[in-house]
Amino acid sequence: MELKRVVVTGLGALTPIGNSISEYWEGLSTGKSGAAPITYFDTEHFKTKFACEIKNFDTKDYFDRKEVRRLDKFAQYAMVASDEAIADSGIDLDTVDKYRVGVIWGAGIGGLETFQNEVLNFAKGDGTPRFNPFFIPKMIADIAPGNISIKHGFMGPNYTTVSACASSANAMIDALNTIRLGDSDIIVTGGSEAAVTQAGMGGFNAMHALSTRNDDPESASRPFDATRDGFVLGEGSGALILEEYEHAKARGAKIYAEVIGGGLSADAHHMTAPHPEGQGVIAVMKNCLKNSGLRPEDVDAINTHGTSTPLGDVAELKAIKEVFGDHAKNININSTKSMTGHLLGAAGAIEAIASILAMQNNLVPPTINHSTVDENIDAKLNLTLNKAQKRDVKVALSNTFGFGGHNACVAFKKYE
Amino acid sequence: MSDIASRVKAIIVDKLGVDENEVVTEASFTNDLGADSLDTVELIMEFEKEFDIQIPDDQAENISTVGQAVDYIEKAK
Repeated sequence: MELKRVVVTGLGALTPIGNSISEYWEGLSTGKSGAAPITYFDTEHFKTKFACEIKNFDTKDYFDRKEVRRLDKFAQYAMVASDEAIADSGIDLDTVDKYRVGVIWGAGIGGLETFQNEVLNFAKGDGTPRFNPFFIPKMIADIAPGNISIKHGFMGPNYTTVSACASSANAMIDALNTIRLGDSDIIVTGGSEAAVTQAGMGGFNAMHALSTRNDDPESASRPFDATRDGFVLGEGSGALILEEYEHAKARGAKIYAEVIGGGLSADAHHMTAPHPEGQGVIAVMKNCLKNSGLRPEDVDAINTHGTSTPLGDVAELKAIKEVFGDHAKNININSTKSMTGHLLGAAGAIEAIASILAMQNNLVPPTINHSTVDENIDAKLNLTLNKAQKRDVKVALSNTFGFGGHNACVAFKKYE
Repeated sequence: MSDIASRVKAIIVDKLGVDENEVVTEASFTNDLGADSLDTVELIMEFEKEFDIQIPDDQAENISTVGQAVDYIEKAK
């Protein structure tokens, strides 16, 4: 059976550096940081007091009062980004075969704030379980695609993939495969996360995963810099419309890029620490190249997982050298997490969008905040430091890895 | 309007996001005010909290309009 071609026909983003695709690209291309002191709660007792929050987001602009109460933030973000992507795609919702349109979403955690607040409320009481009836349906990680389908009537495949910070990359790969196999014409995919809460910050702080550079939040996310000290928690959502090529062509859709393959693997090493030699990461990029029919020398750009943690960044670059050999030095390697922070389950989606926009604009967004060379990193690698670089990107990979040792890599090709 | 009726009305307006004028005595939560099964459970819980009463599930099933809620609470107080 011949696999169908899959293209991207719509994009949507709600990120710490921009609340729409155009704002997001403006932020990416100019090297804007989304980090700032946390506004959602009092951080007095927290080790890390900053994060990459969404800014100027007023729920009244998007939802009525009743909808707001029924949606955790992670689901609100999903609705906003997917609405932008659906509108951008120009799909005619009146005529499209809705049985052939699905939603495959990614969320690493789901409604953490809802969970936290409901349990706090219970703990304050006398032991009588007075839980809100919306507690479970607001909190579960799969409710985002459920709500997207309810809003638009999409009756194709519908679920959430959960693989921590690789979640939305898994979702995109499932979306790709569903269309490749001919089971759907269109999949709304992407991911969302909203973990900037006391439980989220406290939990990641307990793991020593977060940067504690409280005196300078904007420069705290500094992937590949020798003084990096952990990731910066972000939140938001990215959405992509994946569509079967002939279907897109027949309706005259605007085509951003082709999705040509994906790879998956596991580290099988440790719950949270990356494999020091990046063995699972080597495997995932090799799997992706094979699945995409690419040779290593075809790749122009890699948006790394690059979270700004001491171990992870070095292991990933070692893996890139192992997979790409001599060609590694020709690749524009970057980490847009230097600007957006780490959006966990939404990271794969917003970074895939960054790769696609880089192709569209012939410009690779920078890895900002770099000042001190790390001697453990090969100086010949082009890490796209501090300033965007002009580049005709024909093929880009996007890496994302999650706690649990999950690795995912997605390949995009310029549509010409 | 009694104190109870106005407090019931305020809860319904807040939870269901409906206009105050729609919350009339005969209005049904599900048929007229757009509530689904989860909203209805939440309303009952809010009434219990607001008026410090217990509404057993078998009684809650009989409360489907604004007027029925007010009547029940007046008797229970």
